[in-house]
Amino acid sequence: MTTTASTTQGEVLPPPTERYTVLGWLKKNLFGSWLDAILTILAALFIAWAVYTGANWVFKTARWDVIVNNFALFMKGQYPTEEAWRLWLVIYLAAAIGGLMWGVFVRSREMAGWLLLILPLLFALAALALGSNVWINVLLIDVVALVAYFLGRTFPKQLQRPTITLLLLYLPLILLIVRGFGENGFMPQVGTNFWGGLLLSLLLAIIGIVFSFPIGVLLALGRQSELKAIHWLSVIYIEVIRGVPLVTLLFMGMVMLPYVLPAGLRIDNFIRVAVAIVMFAAAYLAENVRGGLQSIPKGQYEAADAIALGGFAKMTRIILPQALRAVIPVLVGQFIGLFKDTSLVALVGLFDLLGIARAVLANPNYIGTQLEVYTFIALVYWVFSYGLSYASKRLETSLGVGER
Amino acid sequence: MTTNTSEQQAVPFWRDERYLQVIIQVVLVGAVVGFIYYLIHNLVTGLEASGQPLTLSFLKQTAQFDIGEKLIEYSRASTYARAFLVGLLNTIKVSFLGIILATILGIIIGVARLSNNWLINKLASIYVEFLRNIPLLVLLVFLAAGVFFKLPKVQHAVALGKIAFLTNRGVFVAWGEPTASWPFYVWALIIALFVALVVAVILIRQGRETGRMPLYWLWGTVAFLVVAAIGWIVITLATPQPPLRLSLPELAGRNFKGGTSWSPEFMALLLGLVIYTAAYIAEVVRAGIQSVSKGQREAAGALGLSGFQTMRLVVFPQALRVIVPPLTSQYLNLTKNSSLAIAVGYPDLFAVGGTIINQSGRAIEAISLTMMVYLTFSLITSLFMNWYNQRIRLVER
Repeated sequence: MTTTASTTQGEVLPPPTERYTVLGWLKKNLFGSWLDAILTILAALFIAWAVYTGANWVFKTARWDVIVNNFALFMKGQYPTEEAWRLWLVIYLAAAIGGLMWGVFVRSREMAGWLLLILPLLFALAALALGSNVWINVLLIDVVALVAYFLGRTFPKQLQRPTITLLLLYLPLILLIVRGFGENGFMPQVGTNFWGGLLLSLLLAIIGIVFSFPIGVLLALGRQSELKAIHWLSVIYIEVIRGVPLVTLLFMGMVMLPYVLPAGLRIDNFIRVAVAIVMFAAAYLAENVRGGLQSIPKGQYEAADAIALGGFAKMTRIILPQALRAVIPVLVGQFIGLFKDTSLVALVGLFDLLGIARAVLANPNYIGTQLEVYTFIALVYWVFSYGLSYASKRLETSLGVGER
Repeated sequence: MTTNTSEQQAVPFWRDERYLQVIIQVVLVGAVVGFIYYLIHNLVTGLEASGQPLTLSFLKQTAQFDIGEKLIEYSRASTYARAFLVGLLNTIKVSFLGIILATILGIIIGVARLSNNWLINKLASIYVEFLRNIPLLVLLVFLAAGVFFKLPKVQHAVALGKIAFLTNRGVFVAWGEPTASWPFYVWALIIALFVALVVAVILIRQGRETGRMPLYWLWGTVAFLVVAAIGWIVITLATPQPPLRLSLPELAGRNFKGGTSWSPEFMALLLGLVIYTAAYIAEVVRAGIQSVSKGQREAAGALGLSGFQTMRLVVFPQALRVIVPPLTSQYLNLTKNSSLAIAVGYPDLFAVGGTIINQSGRAIEAISLTMMVYLTFSLITSLFMNWYNQRIRLVER
């Protein structure tokens, strides 16, 4: 009665907020109608069955010794154990760069919390394999990331340039560290045929995205070009590569590359595969960048012309910075796709994560453990892909990347 | 200030943009052509040095290897060209079935992700997030080595009633076996299809005149089914036997007889392609439906349209505009991904190409041919896409 009285006096009440009791929530979300109720019960039965069967297999039937005994193999392939500290160094570098970037560019405590909780867990997984001083290493990595994060947070201005430089130098640096130099001595050379497992998968994905980046951007610009010859060359390259499956390109790279190069020039399998992956990734990257270029309004080009910038300056100072910023989320997605696609190199005889899995399964000691091994590597792929896409989503929202 | 005119006339050609454009293009094309020529020159001389000049004549030689699954006549005495054709047809078979099944599953999961039912919604999300973040190849080898080849032996087959048996030699299912009257029934089916088309065309014309479009595809299907059923009854009565006889798989010695069978390689590849692509299609469908603004539904409701009518007349046509282009590229992806058949041992185009390479040593020719075929698929797809985009493009102002 009183409420009616008050509303008639012209007071406007806010709409009632949705608030449920547990039963109310259940009724709305699970048992809204008869059909809903039936679906809910079926789904619940399915979940119960799946969890029961799954748990039964994981805890009773499955033979996990195949994973435990070969963990180092899955992570780094035949990479010599006495040189494993170099791989740790690579992870330390990654932690430092990650921490710096988070501190300099994101600067939110909550984010740092996530980073420092999730990343060490991921690395702990890798850590189990690499030696006895695992937990010390994981802790130290966490400390490095934390220190880097706080340094970045405290001196964001001064550290901006060094951070970006470090990021750009990361790939050459890790290639140098992983490969080494000289016969013996400080960091003896480890041939690419010793690289394997997750190490190889990640390296191929990173190389693929980094090297295809400049090619892809050039192709995208070429496709936009008003010069007919350049336009059509770019279109033909992009469409041909996108039209064939990656595995045919890998075979082509393995078979044809030795023939098309001058006689006597020998190149190892790693480079053949890397060339095929870079060629493949460049075509897809070009299309993604083209999407970014098309999102730039015409006014930007005209404005650049109006202040008399030349073609080169117009692209590098006005158009590309905006276009690339707009496609960063897509590029992260492409990197994840590329990481998954590196599993195809197992088909041409390299020992990436999947290749190692097949090699392990060929061992007579581990006959019949296909489910365990493939479940494990699927999980590794999943953790990296999902983790990366999750992190990039958070990074996007906090940086406002991809929005204008 | 006064020397302007003389300077303008004296712009040297290397700073004149018109010349520059031509020069740049000529230089670039020259460089690309020269580079490709250099590579091909190396290739040809290298191959000739190893005694295998580039030629396609090997296609006429006999293949001398068996192919496990074939849709057309093929034996060891057939030519390499025939082997290619067998592989191509196998690729088309698995892609065609895969596209149909993946579309159905993808739509179901895409709609489930929009469901109000919390449990269904979460299940669909887990499905999509899991499958989109693992490599297809790992899924395929998992299904092949971990599931289909691990099924029990023929003698201990997992029986699903009397209709289907799961074994490590393949899946055996009941199937219709054509009898002597089958050829007549084919004609009945053709007539049924014709009747269905006529019904649909009449209804569409009527719809155009009255402005109320009836459910022409529904009535067309009904007409087809009715005529097909009448044909079945008539033929069964006229000749003593029905056009198809149900053939159940039965254990006979060390193998099953009757029914039809699908090999474990085929099952693993098909299932893997379907559940993997369905996750992507689900996202496409969800994005399409979500792209139709809420106002459209509300407006349809305000006009008094029912829920089904709203979907059919308002939401679906608009969602389709967003769905079809990415859906087509998912179909193309599925077709290209079927080349991973080599990992599970299904003889598709690429796998047969691999065997041909091992047999004949013609690696470059065989891979080039394979690539050509995939390129053709992709070209057809993009032609369709251009046509469709032209057709549905929003006409603005």
